[in-house]
Amino acid sequence: MADTGHVTQAALLKKAQPKTDYKPADVSPQRRVQSRYTMRLWSVRHARGLEWLYARLASTFLMLHPVWKALGYGRVERPVKFVERQIKGLMFDCRMCGQCVLSSTGMSCPMNCPKQLRNGPCGGVRANGNCEVEPDMPCVWVKAWEGSRRMREGDAILTVQKPVDQSLRETSAWLRVTAQAAAEQEREKEEAA
Amino acid sequence: MITRPPQPDENPAGLELPLEPQPGHSSLGRLERILRRGEFAVTAELNPPDSANPEEVYERASVFDGWVDGINAVDASGANCHMSSVGICALLTRIGYAPILQIACRDRNRIAIQGDVLGASAMGVANILCLTGDGVQAGDQPGAKPVFDLDCMSLLETIRTMRDEAKFLSGRKLTTPPAVFLGAAINPFAPPLDFRPHRLAKKIAAGAQFVQSQYCYDVPMLREYMKRVRDMGLTENCFVLCGVGPLASARTAKWMRSNVPGVHIPDAVIARLEGAEKQKEEGKRLCIDIINEVKEIEGVSGIHMMAYRQEELVAEIVHDSGVLKGRRPWQKEPKHDDALIAERLEHILGDDTTERQQQMVKDAAN
Repeated sequence: MADTGHVTQAALLKKAQPKTDYKPADVSPQRRVQSRYTMRLWSVRHARGLEWLYARLASTFLMLHPVWKALGYGRVERPVKFVERQIKGLMFDCRMCGQCVLSSTGMSCPMNCPKQLRNGPCGGVRANGNCEVEPDMPCVWVKAWEGSRRMREGDAILTVQKPVDQSLRETSAWLRVTAQAAAEQEREKEEAA
Repeated sequence: MITRPPQPDENPAGLELPLEPQPGHSSLGRLERILRRGEFAVTAELNPPDSANPEEVYERASVFDGWVDGINAVDASGANCHMSSVGICALLTRIGYAPILQIACRDRNRIAIQGDVLGASAMGVANILCLTGDGVQAGDQPGAKPVFDLDCMSLLETIRTMRDEAKFLSGRKLTTPPAVFLGAAINPFAPPLDFRPHRLAKKIAAGAQFVQSQYCYDVPMLREYMKRVRDMGLTENCFVLCGVGPLASARTAKWMRSNVPGVHIPDAVIARLEGAEKQKEEGKRLCIDIINEVKEIEGVSGIHMMAYRQEELVAEIVHDSGVLKGRRPWQKEPKHDDALIAERLEHILGDDTTERQQQMVKDAAN
């Protein structure tokens, strides 16, 4: 599991790089597109409240299902996606994977993990609870566990998640969940009838 | 004719014949048999060569002869380039070893991985260890694209589906499913400590049948973890192998602590090494002490030796700690296609024939 030379090859490579005036910060590309973690950490601290808010939002969206259907899901996708991206981007550093699992991950977006793990922390978490890849970033999954303990349905973190369907990237998770819930509702109605 | 009492793990009809499947077992491998029989298992990690020479793999495997039940073929550990794990497994099964194929999600997507699982299983690999893999920043190619298409959990579930339901992730049917014993890794020494036992439960739910742990240098911490794991009833469904390894010196220990992701080494261990006159000797003794403590912990079914660049010490350490209790692990394991390969080889090497196409056509016509 371990290579034990006394200097890492990565360090040697870094040293051998030609010297120029432009030296970008030594972080992963993913870190470069994130501003800071303040909002994300706030969201985890308020996981309970956000869980409640999300449930309200979901039922509102479901109530509006006839509206979406009348306008056409395809037609409302663009504006809804825009709003979704802005809100979730601000609150959770959303990556628009299109299959939101925030409610199962303590309101800490797992797509911000450099390994994009969806089922819990890897074995590389540092002793201070920070990420193996980004030493200054608190591990997404350490935060997820904290957040889930604050939530009413927090034990959803214990279910095994399916792999990400990459073909759903850049689509609206809100609309998908709404349409699926509506279909479920209709089926139940039919069964009752 | 060999006359001796019948042994477990050999076909009574003949030593050279492959083992028959046993009820309730998911593989034909000996690692699974040994664990299910309740014997204390020993696995070891093979240091993969940076070379295209098969001899180097055979040489490195031969130091484990008669001391381990399974050999881990690592998949670019620490994101450093080496010979591939599938390649190493193919070589090892060819000469009858029982390898544990490691698959890391860092380098390949689900299409490549499922293909590798079938290929490896066809080569006679009976054990697969599913890992997420270290980040690319840790290795010798920090500019590589991190894939992480699956994670260790969905990888476990994918292979379990292939084995138990005989289909790919997409639902397409397999004609012969891969008969493999599925493993995963655990790290009881990294935060969030509360979540770690739950994570093991998730891995078991996803298909893990055995787990190998990260290096253990902090036995009280492992004991605490195992207690929680036992309380959750997880050891009934999964075999836990504790990772151990000798430290070459206090300097190595410090280097590992700061450069290898997920390794936890308490200060007391480093102080003990620093205080010793011969640090390498002390590292070996420390490893044996840890094994002796670990083997007494209820629920630990074996050890996993990671003796990086000190592989020659594995035999000594296993011997001195007495974990095998006199048992001599098997080294050679016959495969189902052995007879076919032997026949073909005999034809190629023994029969003095030059096959000409015209002659082959004539033979076929008659």
